[in-house]
Amino acid sequence: MKPASFKYYAPRSVDEAAALLGDLAADDGRILAGGQSLLPSMAFRMAKPAHLIDINRIATLANIDLEKDIVRIGACVRHAAFESPERVPGPTGVLLGKVVRNLAHPPIRARGTFCGSLANADPSSEWLCAAAALDATIIARSRDGERRISSVDFFQGVMTTDLRDTEMIAAVELPLLPADTRSGFVEFSRRRGDFAIGMVLAAFRIEGDRAVDVRIAVGGVEATPRRISEAEAVLTGSAADEETFIAVAETLADVVDPTQDDQHPVEYRRSLIRTLAYRALKSAT
Amino acid sequence: MIETSEITLRINDDDYRVKVESRKTLVDVIREDCGLTGTHIGCEHGVCGACTILLDGEAVRSCLLFAVQAQDHDIRTVESLCVDDKLHPLQESFIRHHALQCGYCTPGFLMLAIGALQKNPDINDADLLELLSSNLCRCTGYKNIFKAVRATADEMRAPPAA
Ligand SMILES: Cc1cc2nc3c(=O)[nH]c(=O)nc-3n(C[C@H](O)[C@H](O)[C@H](O)COP(=O)(O)OP(=O)(O)OC[C@H]3O[C@@H](n4cnc5c(N)ncnc54)[C@H](O)[C@@H]3O)c2cc1C
Ligand code: FES
Ligand code: FES
Repeated sequence: MKPASFKYYAPRSVDEAAALLGDLAADDGRILAGGQSLLPSMAFRMAKPAHLIDINRIATLANIDLEKDIVRIGACVRHAAFESPERVPGPTGVLLGKVVRNLAHPPIRARGTFCGSLANADPSSEWLCAAAALDATIIARSRDGERRISSVDFFQGVMTTDLRDTEMIAAVELPLLPADTRSGFVEFSRRRGDFAIGMVLAAFRIEGDRAVDVRIAVGGVEATPRRISEAEAVLTGSAADEETFIAVAETLADVVDPTQDDQHPVEYRRSLIRTLAYRALKSAT
Repeated sequence: MIETSEITLRINDDDYRVKVESRKTLVDVIREDCGLTGTHIGCEHGVCGACTILLDGEAVRSCLLFAVQAQDHDIRTVESLCVDDKLHPLQESFIRHHALQCGYCTPGFLMLAIGALQKNPDINDADLLELLSSNLCRCTGYKNIFKAVRATADEMRAPPAA
């Protein structure tokens, strides 16, 4: 189908965009970022926004900024930016590079944005899992100023976030992980580039011969992505070996609370997560 | 309320001045208002890739952009490939390798592959396979499309004969 009518705005600054959103949110005004989720839902007439505020002409939003131990990803940074290892330094860049290879297809990655994925909050998005694993901070901007939201508070349910109608995501901050951090990301989907039925991200360091700074997150199985502290506890302080990986995977499978749908019974997703967790840990380099 | 505006699109080095509704996707404007029907429409929601074009050199889905967004950008469609009645080497390669049957998906695959080869002529088999999985072909299958693109990539890389 064809999208329904709307009024189009192309602001040149974040201030201007935030002001427009402040004026138009109550009248169903929305941000248009990469359009790779919004246009399909408008084509299906599931979304019929009255006003679209296109942020693609705001040059500063295309920036990836580095600060001491933080990387700040602007609202117009495309998925494809993370395919090239030089954009985000160190293990965080390596980790995002592993994740992005699983996300959609190159032409979608050329347009879709990291921040747009978080705003859209589809639980099967790989970026949600990465944001949870890394304890992302979402920087929300409205006409009234800035609000910093932790990923734990941000994701509230399937396609539901803490973002107010009058707020846009200006950027997302991720920590730059210590240089010796290893990471592994594994997902399962039916076809290449499809949304995943389950995914696991694992990151840790080895100190002496023990795993420390453990982060294990699950996406696509519950309504929101999250770190699984019970599984992290099993790995923390243990040797990163076969036996531990199996124990972590078992714990993870026990602890997750998978959503049920016609195609994927709870037990199926549980057993899938067990396998994915093992593979993510095993592949962590 | 239907909002229309007059915009200029730069397609294959020509300027097209068109009056379009904001809600009109780029692929619809390219086909209906600019008369360039080489770009095809399949699903209209980003899944099939029949509408793939180059936007500033990047292969993108033209059904997932509004035409008003494409002002001031360089747009390339399949019509740009044939110069002076001479097909592009990739088009010749598609013929040679039987990479099309009905041809519906072909313009999309050509632009997808050209975008990728321009960026990385050294693309390896695994990345090429992944790239080609972006678009759908329902009758030829992917083997011959892969062979056609592989052959062109190899030719592009081969040093010119002395
Ligand atoms: C064929 C296909 C396959 C795909 N496969 C995957 C996949 O495997 N994994 C995956 O994660 N995604 C996938 N996607 C979705 C894609 O990654 C989108 O790019 C992403 O979900 C949304 O980002 P966007 O920038 O395109 O946002 P848009 O489509 O522009 O917006 C989506 C929603 O978020 C809001 N929004 C966007 N940016 C902001 C902001 N800065 N502030 C406030 N609100 C905002 C919009 O108002 C809208 O409601 C796929 C899409 C397609 C078409
Ligand atoms: S018509 Fe654009 S992807 Fe199918
Ligand atoms: S040649 Fe018919 S769909 Fe590809």
